[in-house]
Amino acid sequence: MLNYDIVIVGGGPAGLAAAVAARDAGIDKILILERDKELGGILNQCIHNGFGLHTFKEELTGPEYAYRFIEKVLEAKIEYRLNTMVMDISADRVVTAMSREDGMYQIQAGAVILAMGCRERPRGALNIPGFRPAGIFSAGTAQRLVNIEGYMPGREVVILGSGDIGLIMARRMTLEGAKVKVVAELMPYSGGLKRNIVQCLDDFGIPLKLSHTVVDIEGKDHLTAVTIAAVDEKSKPIPGTEERYTCDTLLLSCGLIPENELSRNAGVEMSPITSGPIVNESLETNIPGVFACGNVLHVHDLVDYVSEEAARAGENAAKYVKGQLSDAKSDIEITATDGARYTVPSTINIDRMDDKLTLRFRVGAVYKDSFVSVYFDDERVMHNKKRIMAPGEMEQVILLKNKLTEKPGLKKITVKIESE
Amino acid sequence: MIYDVIIIGAGVSGAAIARELSRYEANVCVLEKCEDVCEGTSKANSGIVHAGYDAPAGSLMAKLNVRGNEMMDDFCRDLDIPFKRNGSMVVCIHKEELSGLQDLYDRGIQNGVKGLKILTREEALKMEPNLSDNVEGVLYAPTAGIICPFKLCIAMAENANVNGVEFRFNTKVEDIKKGEDDLWHIRTNNGECVSRYVVNAAGVYSGQIHNMVCKDDDKIEITPRRGDYCLLDKEAGNHVSHTIFPQPTSLGKGVLVTPTVHGNLLVGPTAEDIDDYEGVNTTADGINDLIAKANDHVKNLPMRKVITSFAGLRAHEPRHEFIIGEVKGAKNFIDCAAIESPGLTSSPAIGEMVAGILKDMMGLKAKSNWIGKRKDILNPSDLSIEDRNDLIKKNPAYGNIICRCESISEGEIIDSIHRPLGARSLDGVKRRTRAGMGRCQAGFCSPKTMEILHRELGLKYEEITKCGGRSNIVIQRTKNQKGGEC
Repeated sequence: MLNYDIVIVGGGPAGLAAAVAARDAGIDKILILERDKELGGILNQCIHNGFGLHTFKEELTGPEYAYRFIEKVLEAKIEYRLNTMVMDISADRVVTAMSREDGMYQIQAGAVILAMGCRERPRGALNIPGFRPAGIFSAGTAQRLVNIEGYMPGREVVILGSGDIGLIMARRMTLEGAKVKVVAELMPYSGGLKRNIVQCLDDFGIPLKLSHTVVDIEGKDHLTAVTIAAVDEKSKPIPGTEERYTCDTLLLSCGLIPENELSRNAGVEMSPITSGPIVNESLETNIPGVFACGNVLHVHDLVDYVSEEAARAGENAAKYVKGQLSDAKSDIEITATDGARYTVPSTINIDRMDDKLTLRFRVGAVYKDSFVSVYFDDERVMHNKKRIMAPGEMEQVILLKNKLTEKPGLKKITVKIESE
Repeated sequence: MIYDVIIIGAGVSGAAIARELSRYEANVCVLEKCEDVCEGTSKANSGIVHAGYDAPAGSLMAKLNVRGNEMMDDFCRDLDIPFKRNGSMVVCIHKEELSGLQDLYDRGIQNGVKGLKILTREEALKMEPNLSDNVEGVLYAPTAGIICPFKLCIAMAENANVNGVEFRFNTKVEDIKKGEDDLWHIRTNNGECVSRYVVNAAGVYSGQIHNMVCKDDDKIEITPRRGDYCLLDKEAGNHVSHTIFPQPTSLGKGVLVTPTVHGNLLVGPTAEDIDDYEGVNTTADGINDLIAKANDHVKNLPMRKVITSFAGLRAHEPRHEFIIGEVKGAKNFIDCAAIESPGLTSSPAIGEMVAGILKDMMGLKAKSNWIGKRKDILNPSDLSIEDRNDLIKKNPAYGNIICRCESISEGEIIDSIHRPLGARSLDGVKRRTRAGMGRCQAGFCSPKTMEILHRELGLKYEEITKCGGRSNIVIQRTKNQKGGEC
């Protein structure tokens, strides 16, 4: 069996940033396991710009952003293995991996960092009625076909779901000469970033129909048309509102699901809200020495936040390996209510907490001129007005350690959205 | 070339007949309108090996169901495909309908079904805790089982092919005439085929095929009876361990809930008679209906775990009986028509019966070199780490995982392409290996599988299809890749 201090599962933005931070924290034996043929993860197919505004104060393409981190991994001579699939992770941190070159092998890891990313919700999970012809893709699959393989899926496109990848692909397909007829979104608001709606739809005159969904798919061999209809408050299609669009391509951008099959098999406890592991202030799961970061933990809006979070996972894993993390008892539970859907992390052990701790969360609906409130037990300690909050964008609050230590016996922190 | 036998249709019936006929000295050809075997009724059904208590006593359906069920263990062992006798339960939720269970039991005994037992509410809940709280009693049939319909059909066809049966795909029968030479002349979109004997195993089209040769007063009409299904993630695969049926109605056996032999949970089918012989579209009403019905008998169904929904067509004939035998006034033309449920279960017995009829009519002699066994595509997950490493050393493609959801390697996909009657499309690969059948529904692996099909079959990307015909995945190069456009 091989031995490494830290094994990182996934060589995308989360895995890379975690590796670099762990090395900076003085860990020598780090191994990144990546299933694809190169490091960088999904960023490699995101050839549009707009990455890195927060981290690097410039607009990079996905591959450029990834390369900033790949360069550091290379400079630091951090080991990585490509085309390698992790088949299993055990609760005692034995990682079983496989590749053409190395066969199937096991690694005893001092700490494991889960950085497997997420996958797209497929058509089947959406229960869209109709035929099942060729021409229906999740937006990310189409993005890979166009940007990596260099092939166009079709000429006339309808997009269901206004997640960021769908918005980006609306523009991409248009630039490649396809006609994107409409983007339909089930919810009364978009799941994507405002800037993507402006730059990818509005700038190209592509209509976005909120509170609409696909109610029929036609075509026995290949897609020939879809029908969309308006939906009521319960997301049920409203009879009489059907509109038929002839098209040969239907792209789906209806949500991302953290890919936690390995985590689950290892016994990692999951949040039913994020579909990611439940983690404490150190981004450590219920299994000691197993950490999580990036989209496998919760789906992020900006990669900058992935990198930042992953670096913390890397630092904490380093502390764990060096025996510098005290026992993972939790003093404080963090609850999200009243419009705040979840928080990451969801528990705090004050001894292990850094001076500042970023709590990230998402809201469940669009809130205008509302307040993000934080309660320490029953006392409101923060009440910040936000002009607009939407489910497509992550929110954050920063907890200061000295404020928490001022409240001995503090049991519960609550994050909620208040109208006044 | 004049064939001894032409079989129309490469579904489970056609494939089973082809395999049984391949035991004998005869030139046999299967004509299939689609690009692969198992493309019609056989590909979208419950995957159940029924015990045999449903069909009326004395019917051909009852006889072939029970016989097919008995044959299944040896059959699946010889063909190296998974089969599990998980047992079925017919659940009664209304006290006043308990007598219906007794009727089914009695019929089962008449049909020769072994091991049937009527369970009390308590006995049933002990065996299957997720049964509805309203359960009053259960008919338990331990001989019922679950099977992969794709694997069964593909394995039979492949084995037939190894034993000399020819398969012509993308070949649709347009007309059939008895020539002056007393041979059957079959016109297809790919030219004429001539044969001494013909078997009609055309599924929902078996009525049309029958009516091409029968007398005017002997026409049959097959109605496509659509059934919608939902397939759930393997995480939900243990929700029940038996196949759970409601009590049957005139429309069939009703909406069942069952684990699949691969470990998913399957819920369905609905039953709706339609006009479209290719109408495999699901409907919102159908899916809502099946969810409501399934919840009557099984509680807490995790419908959020649906990974795909699909619809299949049953070849329904008003008499609800298999039609097997020589067509009146059409000498040497054998029907194998109206094969609806329990057709999958019965298929080995249907093969035996039809091949038996032909053997007697034609005086066929057994081959001395018939190969009755085949090996399925290797499943590396069954191997120890050491054995898996040996395998990867010999063939590194087994170390390269293509489908991450189902853990399918490149080696398995290459095997599925190059074995007899190999895969030529994404669906072909999927049905042989399960690559793309998991929770991401081929989102990640389809570009990689396309690359393998491109390399192994020399297909251009634009020629690679989902399931033959016009189901191509991509249409052309992107601007950048075309090069030099100013």
